[in-house]
Amino acid sequence: MGEKQNNIDIIKSMRRKTLRKSMLNYGIVIAAYAVMQIMIATGNISSLLKGLLVPLCVYVIAALSLNLVVGISGELSLGHAGFMCIGAYTSAFFSNAVGNTLPDLPRFILAILIGAAFAGVFGILIGIPVLRLKGDYLAIVTLAFGEIIKNLLNVLYAGIDSHGLHFSTTSAMDLHMEPDGRQIIKGALGISGTPKNSTFTIGVVLIIVTLIIVQNLINSRNGRAIMATRDNRIAAESIGIPVTRFKLLAFAISASLAGVAGVLYAHNLATLNTKKFDYNTSILILVFVVLGGIGNLTGSIIAAVVLTALPEMLRFLNNYRMLIYAIVLIVIMLFNWAPASLDLRSRLREKLFSKHKSEKREEGEQDGNS
Amino acid sequence: MSFLTYLKDGISLGSVYAIIALGYTMVYGIAKMLNFAHGDVIMVGAYVVLMLLTRAGVPGILAVVIAMAVCTILGITIEKVAYRPLRKASSPLAVLITAIGVSYLLQNIALLMFGADGKTFVDVIKLPSLSFGDGKLVISGTTIVTILACIIIMICLTLFVGKTKQGHAMQAVSEDKDAAQLMGVNVNGTISLTFAIGSALAAVAGVLLCSAYPIVTPYTGAMPGIKAFVAAVFGGIGSIPGAMIGGILLGVIEILSKAYISSQIADAIVFGVLIIVLLVKPSGLFGKNVQEKV
Amino acid sequence: MKRMTQLISVCAAAAMVMSAGSAVFAEEGTFKIGAIGPVTGAAAAYGISVMNGAQLAVDEINEAGGINGSQVELLTADDEHDAEKSVNAYNDLKDKGMQLLLGTVTSAPCIAVEGEALNDNMFLLTPSGSAVDCITGENAFRVCFADPAQGAKSAEFIGSHELGTKIGIIYDSSDPYSTGIMESFVAEAENQGLEVVSNEAFSDNRTDFSAQLNKAKDAEADLVFLPFYYQEAALVLKQASDMGFTPAFFGCDGMDGILTVENFDTSLAEGLMLLTPFTPNAEDEMTQNFVAAYEEAFDGLVPIQFGADAYDGIYAIKAALEDAGATPDMSASDLCDLMKTSMGNITVEGLTGTITWDPATGEPEKEPKAVVIENGEYVALD
Repeated sequence: MGEKQNNIDIIKSMRRKTLRKSMLNYGIVIAAYAVMQIMIATGNISSLLKGLLVPLCVYVIAALSLNLVVGISGELSLGHAGFMCIGAYTSAFFSNAVGNTLPDLPRFILAILIGAAFAGVFGILIGIPVLRLKGDYLAIVTLAFGEIIKNLLNVLYAGIDSHGLHFSTTSAMDLHMEPDGRQIIKGALGISGTPKNSTFTIGVVLIIVTLIIVQNLINSRNGRAIMATRDNRIAAESIGIPVTRFKLLAFAISASLAGVAGVLYAHNLATLNTKKFDYNTSILILVFVVLGGIGNLTGSIIAAVVLTALPEMLRFLNNYRMLIYAIVLIVIMLFNWAPASLDLRSRLREKLFSKHKSEKREEGEQDGNS
Repeated sequence: MSFLTYLKDGISLGSVYAIIALGYTMVYGIAKMLNFAHGDVIMVGAYVVLMLLTRAGVPGILAVVIAMAVCTILGITIEKVAYRPLRKASSPLAVLITAIGVSYLLQNIALLMFGADGKTFVDVIKLPSLSFGDGKLVISGTTIVTILACIIIMICLTLFVGKTKQGHAMQAVSEDKDAAQLMGVNVNGTISLTFAIGSALAAVAGVLLCSAYPIVTPYTGAMPGIKAFVAAVFGGIGSIPGAMIGGILLGVIEILSKAYISSQIADAIVFGVLIIVLLVKPSGLFGKNVQEKV
Repeated sequence: MKRMTQLISVCAAAAMVMSAGSAVFAEEGTFKIGAIGPVTGAAAAYGISVMNGAQLAVDEINEAGGINGSQVELLTADDEHDAEKSVNAYNDLKDKGMQLLLGTVTSAPCIAVEGEALNDNMFLLTPSGSAVDCITGENAFRVCFADPAQGAKSAEFIGSHELGTKIGIIYDSSDPYSTGIMESFVAEAENQGLEVVSNEAFSDNRTDFSAQLNKAKDAEADLVFLPFYYQEAALVLKQASDMGFTPAFFGCDGMDGILTVENFDTSLAEGLMLLTPFTPNAEDEMTQNFVAAYEEAFDGLVPIQFGADAYDGIYAIKAALEDAGATPDMSASDLCDLMKTSMGNITVEGLTGTITWDPATGEPEKEPKAVVIENGEYVALD
């Protein structure tokens, strides 16, 4: 009896802890939003920072969505830029095709839903075959998928006229549109003239929605099942957890959220083409996740913000930025995952806890060694 | 005749993929990791040769040998510094992400050193081209050397793995590291040797690739590297003849899709092949099915 | 971990606060012209050339007493040929007090920035953004030809000079510049009695052109039109020679620079023709002076047409500001309104020709020039 009670207490305290963690994330986002709004209202904001607000939201959402796959499912996706691309293209196509027949806000909300839905569907389509594969294969297939999407969108031409939509995969001339027709997707040139609907407020709302979805998923029964799968696939399978189904769920949701990030991106700039959504962008999002701590949502948010804003503030470092990212990626991985480093760190911690503050100097020395 | 031209181009490109794929497949077979930086070692090899030829005036063959040495050292160093500490990490993602970091690092060092502009590659292979059917089919010296190099490398590697002591050690390590260690095999040494061979081959691949398509940029190796990995998966990861056949098939598929379907979606087709192979026969053409151990 | 998180938050907050107060207002007495283009990254050659050309013009103007008696300051920012970064750069320059924009250099970023500039009513003159969509608003003008104009002029030139009849085309489908030229070339080719026998694109794979060349060879093209940039063109020429394919080659202004490619065997470019508004070898006094000054100012670097476009662009801004009688204390929006009409009144005798502008479209009006490469040098074709 006593032991059972004890277990319940532990579970309760864990629940409180997760709740606190979740609240912390909402708090950070809302506080940042409030600070920015005050700065905007008092005119205390530079154009540069103001222009960065929406991109920051884009990358935060992308990082959170990738963290769902990398941190929670323990799978590596190198195709998240591909999902962003799908979200961006489908939504921008929709907004351009509908044009002014719908007012701005409802049209944008529909665009977001469409972008999310299409990206989610592609997530499922890609997920079904590849989630049966393990780590490295999954990484390379998602990478391949990102390239395929880019490649196919590069040859897609689409337009609209009084007869409806026209598609072609060869050239704009093959659309055979009426003279009043408008070209929307111009092959590799992408889409231009998308209405600028993305605002900071909508971006923040979408971040919060993303957080709600991701955090609820993590703290749900399914979420725990997914994490069980991550930690030990075979054991999880043996106690009857349908591994593939749960991973697929997480993957599809993640793809769909990446799609939302794409929608926000597409409705912030007047031009959109596939160049932006290449392998490098997938890696950039991965850097946010790794730097923020794999599985750590707060970390993802902060890393995405800092790594997007800082390079713009420190433009003179431009040439070295990617080099620094690469080094940071390697060093953090070695520091956080190498058994030798973990061993050293836990020994250090033990030492610190057992001895007292009087030996701070030694601690300093050892930090230097680690 | 034009079909033969395309076929020849495909086999030539495929031979380069095959040589790169050999590096991937050996490393994957033994260290059980996807060495993402392998493609970028190709780029390093190409730059080394280019610099030796244009700045130092070293003769071609010697430059290639030096580049192989540089890449070998680079490969061993990368393995020691970045991969070995993570070999026993709790998540297999750790070493994969680190490999991506290394790939990025190499690209960006090259970017800082040589700039983003492509550098035109100079002729290393100075053989006359063969002409058939009144100039309708021209086989350049580069193509001949590329295909020959691929065949020779494959024969040597097969003999090495099958006949020598180190080769047997490699097979043992790829089957079971712990058991191999118990049998007295130097596991670390064997893995280093594998990286060394793979990286030296990458240097050769770099020279051949840039001789056929004479430009070097910091990103030269990235896409061929990924495609070569596709080739390795296609042929069955861990299998040497598999890498060779997979590479050549992939090269032919790529060039023929370019010629007869669309020059723009050839890459999509190549990657589509990967997805189909993984769906239908995840172990590839020559691969073995391995049961997961608890 | 928690302490780490806090630390990062503090840093982020500090960074934001630092950036917030940096809005600088235009100093009295100087015109602030912004220039945006890729100074780093793959397209850096163009951005650097534009910045240099613009700086040269600004220095000359300042030495000669400025515009309407006021000095000019050039503010530059890098966009790495990325639309998102370009908008950031634009915002950054606005913070620094930019009143007029010379830029951006490349097409896709220019389309994005033009959208922002239209909202702000900021005058925009792109030296080299040639895509049609670069100048949709009344605030936007350009120095170079629009892509359709270049394609049509190329077809016209080939037709009237009887350079070939069976035309093969290779183009870069991921580049608005290349695609735009190709489309208008194909449309005009028919009028000129030219037959397009092969029309092949490339996009992601920028190293292997054998399939595209083979198709042109099989179709027995006697002239291959290459409307893209010189880096890729150098590879095309090499691969064509390797396969024993020797048609005439014709390029556009992006081909300019091919002789400067490191290690490139320039004999492969013998007989290559290209349409370009500017050649550093031209013998008129203005070009000679510009090239000499450019080489002296930038360590012997030979200017390419982008630099010339930018140089002309700055002088166009000067002429229009003088026409409008503008003063530096005016806001960007007021200046923009004045420029919209004044651009239609001016004629600039520039490096790239005698240019006038149509204020309704923002397009320049000037004569195209073509050159052929002989003995490793540009020789004017007429």
